[in-house]
Amino acid sequence: MIRIILPPQLRTLAHAGNEVTLDVAGPATQRAVLDALEMHYPVLRGTIRDQATRQRRPRVRFFACAEDLSLEPPDAPLPEAVAAGTEPLLIVAAISGG
Amino acid sequence: MNGIRVLVGTRKGAFILTADNERRHWDVSGPHFGGWEIYHIKGSPADPDRLYASQTSSWFGQVLQRSDDGGRTWEAAGNAFEYEGEPGTHQWYDGTARPWEFKRVWHLEPSRTDPETVYAGVEDAALFRSTDGGHTWRELAGLRGHGSGPQWQPGAGGMCLHTILLDPVDPARMYIAISAAGAFRSDDAGASWQPINRGLKSEYIPDPTAEVGHCVHRIAMHPSRPQVLFMQKHWDVMRSDDAGASWHEISGNLPSDFGFVIEVHAHEPETLYVVPIKSDTEHYPPDGRLRVYRSRTGGNEWEPLSSGLPQQNCYVNVLRDAMAVDTLDPCGVYFGTTGGQVYASSDAGDSWTPIVRDLPSVLSVEVQTFP
Repeated sequence: MIRIILPPQLRTLAHAGNEVTLDVAGPATQRAVLDALEMHYPVLRGTIRDQATRQRRPRVRFFACAEDLSLEPPDAPLPEAVAAGTEPLLIVAAISGG
Repeated sequence: MNGIRVLVGTRKGAFILTADNERRHWDVSGPHFGGWEIYHIKGSPADPDRLYASQTSSWFGQVLQRSDDGGRTWEAAGNAFEYEGEPGTHQWYDGTARPWEFKRVWHLEPSRTDPETVYAGVEDAALFRSTDGGHTWRELAGLRGHGSGPQWQPGAGGMCLHTILLDPVDPARMYIAISAAGAFRSDDAGASWQPINRGLKSEYIPDPTAEVGHCVHRIAMHPSRPQVLFMQKHWDVMRSDDAGASWHEISGNLPSDFGFVIEVHAHEPETLYVVPIKSDTEHYPPDGRLRVYRSRTGGNEWEPLSSGLPQQNCYVNVLRDAMAVDTLDPCGVYFGTTGGQVYASSDAGDSWTPIVRDLPSVLSVEVQTFP
């Protein structure tokens, strides 16, 4: 079970609670988690990753276990604590005005 | 429903303003999609409770919303806007080539006859069409592909396709406008396009009378005479009597011919409205006085309309999609400002009153009439 905390704008858009929990088949990677997230919440397609390139949007960041994972390869394993569900993966809107 | 519904897009959400036909007392609903930029909301002429809204964010990209109950509830539709084939390049501000990249939907234009069909004008400039109520989108690639695309360049607000006019008589004819490329017309339902910029003169491009490169801000038409077009360009107010084949200037006695909006009276095809803005660097009204200018002669002769509008210390702007008319008699005219006011006139512009004063910066205003 993977725990995900969405930024407030996406919680509202997806009608999701403060924390989303998902089962992810296979190794817990950024790509696998985001694929599962978008499957459960199709409205989030294109909001975290670019619709065409599937790249992380520039102003979206991924944090977990007090680390910035934004620049990790999408197929790199997430920290063990995230994979085990003891720590959440935070999807964060970058602080860049607005 | 009986009365008027005003659809307002702002930098931080959408608002829906409703009134009966007296247009005196307004109810304000919103913010819808609070915190998101709502570039445009528009209702289907064929099913007025079908609304489409462009919800965007620099963080989270594009969401396309639709409502089937006049804006009480919404559901997300499709947001995959993918250019056909190799996107190619356009000019960047510094003259270098830059690949086309989708950024947001600026304008949504529902079909006049089919609520499931809607056009989207996007940045980087392209035209998309959905025939399934906004769930899937396909580019009308003949526009970017007609040849001049590599010469297009962004205006200050981005390289946006911001105006879509559907001819009410000839379903195969449509017009679009792009900042900063110019105006284009299709006579085959969007399959192929030709630039229609003859007569425009723009000193900010190397050849001021070039076929493309003009920063057209807005085009308007009256449905009874679709071959007559009115344009607010970056500078200059223009008119065409031949479906855009040629244009001539009608700025006349305006205090400034820079501006963004232009609109036509619902029942008088020669009555026009513009909001003069001081200059392209000073995006506020001349002399700090917010005045709509009306021409009852199809241009050239303009009268200021200021009753009810602030006449001192007013430095707001009125953006290109932020003026609309209703079809009641007398005609109602509406516009929104970057200061968050939405002004309405129920007497064709003679007098104005704010419906709301303190919304986020207004990006767009559309009006639906339920007589």
